[in-house]
Amino acid sequence: MAAISRDEVAHLARLSRLAVTEQELDTFAGQLDVILQAVARVGEVAAAEIPPTSHSVPLTNVLREDVVINCLTREEALAGAPDVEADRFRVPRILDEEA
Amino acid sequence: MSDLTRLTAVDIAKRISDGDVSAEEVTRAHLDRIAAVDGKVHAFLHVDADGAIAAAQAVDARRARGDELGPLAGVPVAVKDVLTTKNVPTTAGSKILEGWRPPYDSTVVERLRDAGTVILGKTNMDEFAMGSSTEYSAYGPTNNPWDLGRIPGGSGGGSAAAIAAYEAPLAIGTDTGGSIRQPGAVTGTVGSKPTYGGTSRYGLIAFSSSLDTPGPCARTVLDAALLHEVMAGHDWRDSTSIPQPVPPVVEAAKRGMTGDLTGVKLGLVTEFGTGEGAEPGVLAAFNDALAALTKLGAEIVEVSAPHFQYALPAYYLIAPSECSSNLARFDGVRYGLRVGDDGNRSLEEVMSLTREAGFGPEVKRRIMLGTYALSSGYYDAYYGQAQKVRTLITQDFNQAFEQVDVLVSPTTPFVAFPFGSRTSDPYQMYLADLFTIPTNLYGGPGISVPCGLSDGLPVGFQIMAPTMADDRMYRVAAALESAVGTLTPPSLEG
Amino acid sequence: MTTTTLPDYDAAVAAFEPVIGLETHVELGTNTKMFCGCPTDFGGEPNTRVCPVCLGLPGALPVANKAAIEATIRIGLALNCSIATWCRFARKNYFYPDMPKNFQISQYDEPLCVDGYLDVEVDGRTVRIGIERVHLEEDTGKTLHVGGATGRIHGATESLVDYNRAGIPLVEIVTKPVPGAGALAPEIARAYVTELRDILRGLGVSDVRMEEGSLRCDVNTSLNRPGEEWGTRTETKNVNSLRSVERAVRSEIIRQAAVLESGGRIIQETRHFSEETGDTRPGRSKEEATDYRYFPEPDLVPLAPDPQWVEELRAALPEAPRVHRKRLQEAWGLSDLDMRSVVNAGAVELIEQTVAAGATAAAARKWWLGELARRANEDGIELSAVGATPAQVAELQTLVDGGKLNDKLARVVLEGVIAGEGSPTAVMEARGLAVVSDTGALTAAVDEAIAANPDVAAKVRDGKVAAAGALVGAVMKTTKGQADAKTVRELILERLGAN
Repeated sequence: MAAISRDEVAHLARLSRLAVTEQELDTFAGQLDVILQAVARVGEVAAAEIPPTSHSVPLTNVLREDVVINCLTREEALAGAPDVEADRFRVPRILDEEA
Repeated sequence: MSDLTRLTAVDIAKRISDGDVSAEEVTRAHLDRIAAVDGKVHAFLHVDADGAIAAAQAVDARRARGDELGPLAGVPVAVKDVLTTKNVPTTAGSKILEGWRPPYDSTVVERLRDAGTVILGKTNMDEFAMGSSTEYSAYGPTNNPWDLGRIPGGSGGGSAAAIAAYEAPLAIGTDTGGSIRQPGAVTGTVGSKPTYGGTSRYGLIAFSSSLDTPGPCARTVLDAALLHEVMAGHDWRDSTSIPQPVPPVVEAAKRGMTGDLTGVKLGLVTEFGTGEGAEPGVLAAFNDALAALTKLGAEIVEVSAPHFQYALPAYYLIAPSECSSNLARFDGVRYGLRVGDDGNRSLEEVMSLTREAGFGPEVKRRIMLGTYALSSGYYDAYYGQAQKVRTLITQDFNQAFEQVDVLVSPTTPFVAFPFGSRTSDPYQMYLADLFTIPTNLYGGPGISVPCGLSDGLPVGFQIMAPTMADDRMYRVAAALESAVGTLTPPSLEG
Repeated sequence: MTTTTLPDYDAAVAAFEPVIGLETHVELGTNTKMFCGCPTDFGGEPNTRVCPVCLGLPGALPVANKAAIEATIRIGLALNCSIATWCRFARKNYFYPDMPKNFQISQYDEPLCVDGYLDVEVDGRTVRIGIERVHLEEDTGKTLHVGGATGRIHGATESLVDYNRAGIPLVEIVTKPVPGAGALAPEIARAYVTELRDILRGLGVSDVRMEEGSLRCDVNTSLNRPGEEWGTRTETKNVNSLRSVERAVRSEIIRQAAVLESGGRIIQETRHFSEETGDTRPGRSKEEATDYRYFPEPDLVPLAPDPQWVEELRAALPEAPRVHRKRLQEAWGLSDLDMRSVVNAGAVELIEQTVAAGATAAAARKWWLGELARRANEDGIELSAVGATPAQVAELQTLVDGGKLNDKLARVVLEGVIAGEGSPTAVMEARGLAVVSDTGALTAAVDEAIAANPDVAAKVRDGKVAAAGALVGAVMKTTKGQADAKTVRELILERLGAN
């Protein structure tokens, strides 16, 4: 049985903001299925009582003093932007009020 | 070919310091070499000739003034294109960042500049460091100097190939699952992944934040150690940076070069020998190297790491999950590519078209895989479980290091493979990192050092050490190098 | 066409029991942003308070601001919360252009502070509001919508993003659901936000200005019939003043009651409060449930506040506003009832500051609860936004006490102050409103009045002193009220030899 369906891949593509083509959907569905079946092996490990590791370094409380550091200039900040208007980053009309 | 390009970093620095040669001459020799051979190798995405010459002249001026020069002053370095360089194009091998000139230097690059090294340019890589062959670079693959029809490893194939092709004596790589070590192995060079947190990630375009580690690439262990000491050390800009002194890797390499490993215990992971193991030629070269190390006084101890077999699956959940989030920022709003903004389409459509056009297939696969693994309903079974496996793998390492000083294995199961042989089945490509990934999950250091040839192609020997004990692996690596020597690829001329 | 008549509020709360909950976002007043060294000052030119970190440039990494962590712990302590001994930041993933990384660094299932409470007083009764959590996150940038009507997203043809605000530390304070509020639910909601604001101001962690967005409130409301399970809740956003908090709850109770009474269902949704209409409107419905794919932020290591540090912070907390108010009440000599009217008017701090600026408590209270409260009420604004500062009120009172202004003139001067004409002294001088105390000018006016009213003058001369009032009135008229009536009276009696 497939671990992931073509529809699910289409859903993932939407969530990931990838306008994938129909052909890509077919390819990705097959490949992701193979990969997911392989990685699902982590489930074989009995780890109910094992704490998860999110960070390999044993550090805590890495904090910065509340002191101002020089910003970029506006020119530097906007230099890489695809489109600028009124010193702001211009984007096309937004559909959703929130994603 | 100029002799200058054949020298080690140590020799170059000494000759500049002694006044035998100027930094500018060294730099020009390497720029000439790049001009001569990079058409064949394609190690570089961008060569910053003007910047390099200016940096070299600055070193020469400092020397003329009588200023004290650092151990690598005037030595050329190639930098993987995943590290930001101020005002110098930085693409991470992706179309989505084509033409982007960062307004800031990564910490590693800043330290290279402060040390007086000369940055030649930016090297090719798999897009966003996802891959083991550079075939996923949006700008075309790098060719292995040992056989131009074969892959140079990845993701840092450009850095490894640049060194192997004598385009640079030193290079910077980044290693998330083996991206420094595996290219080192298949190009016959030295690639070292320091302890996670030992080198700063500030300015490293993130693939998987909890795994990414910058490190040195070189033709000799001592050169790698020198570069390691220049680039490593605590950085307040990276919260995961370890506030401890850099392990004495140069001293350890020098000690190893004496060829004495008496009393050193090398651990052989039992589980690496079973299942999807290394190909016969790789195994043969590895075993020869083990024998050589035994002759130097090392003791071989078999240790069990029962969870290493789950490292690859865990890695391919953790890394894609983090990457799905890290790469969300590439949306055509603040920098980089924007596609489809015809005044009619909505932002959502333009973002999706931009990302579709700007990312290659492997990046898209991993983004979707990671999005899946983090989704509610799947999180516990995939991402959450992978993090628990990570804990168990760390425990395996800790237990092993109670018995041995370092662990050893082949770096990668197979030698450089021909282009196209593993791209159709992504999982076959993933297997290239079978032996390197456990170290990334644990966070400790690992180094690949050449140990011989299999069918005329280089084989890498991996040494893994406990966290912040990077010096141990340099010692063993240097000892091995003293026993088996360095490798020289066939000439690229003619 | 049929129109639905909304039930009135009393009918709604008679039939249904409201359950409310509040989520408050507070921008901290730290010098720098949450994860980088950019300044947080308000009102800079667009995109001039940004760096690689808060612009989300490739390769940049966050480093947490110690002052923001400390402020959040202090807020938690002031709200009687437990402080986590170990917790992590998490990434909240969703695409939106005002978020530079397309994820927000926030806290998910490991907030810094949990399980506290805040007591508020409503109608002489103390209500304990449970605090679910207090956590720390980063603010977003600001988006300007162009081409549509009145800057709204709907109908806009493009949007422009300024990231100056992106990354400013934002504390989210979430209450537990508050059942049993009954008809007082709107007042309780308002009292909670007011008390919270006073606490935050007392802690000095934020300027808590709702109109500038440094304090933002979302209100959850649900209704159920008595004895039944809690109903489906809606979340009302865009509630940007204390008054709106009350209005939003009230209008949502009325709306939901109407839906339920007509046999409809409440859908779980986000609604937006409109300051103009005073009602809530549905937000755009989402195609699919949002999945934020939270996971621990790998770029930031865990927080493990040292218990000793936490105790030091606890010991250094300022007096709670309730305790402080009690002390003020005693100092000002007010009855419970009088104090409550001061509190309800939002005048505690204003009076306190006016007293600190030199006025007596009685005078300060007279101005703030009298003329100024009347003005605020007329304009439908908060007392603090009325346009006069405590220092100006104190100055005004000094002018009165010094005889330079009488009560009537003082009110005129106050109007000038509110209109932005300057300090009371400046307004008085500019408008020529000072009491006429120049005896020469007054004597002339008095003589004129005596000459014009010989009959009255005669009566006064004959000892009918009370008749002098008519002459005083005449003088006040010619001096346009700027004379001091007492002085005028004395002058008249003196001129007529009646002393």
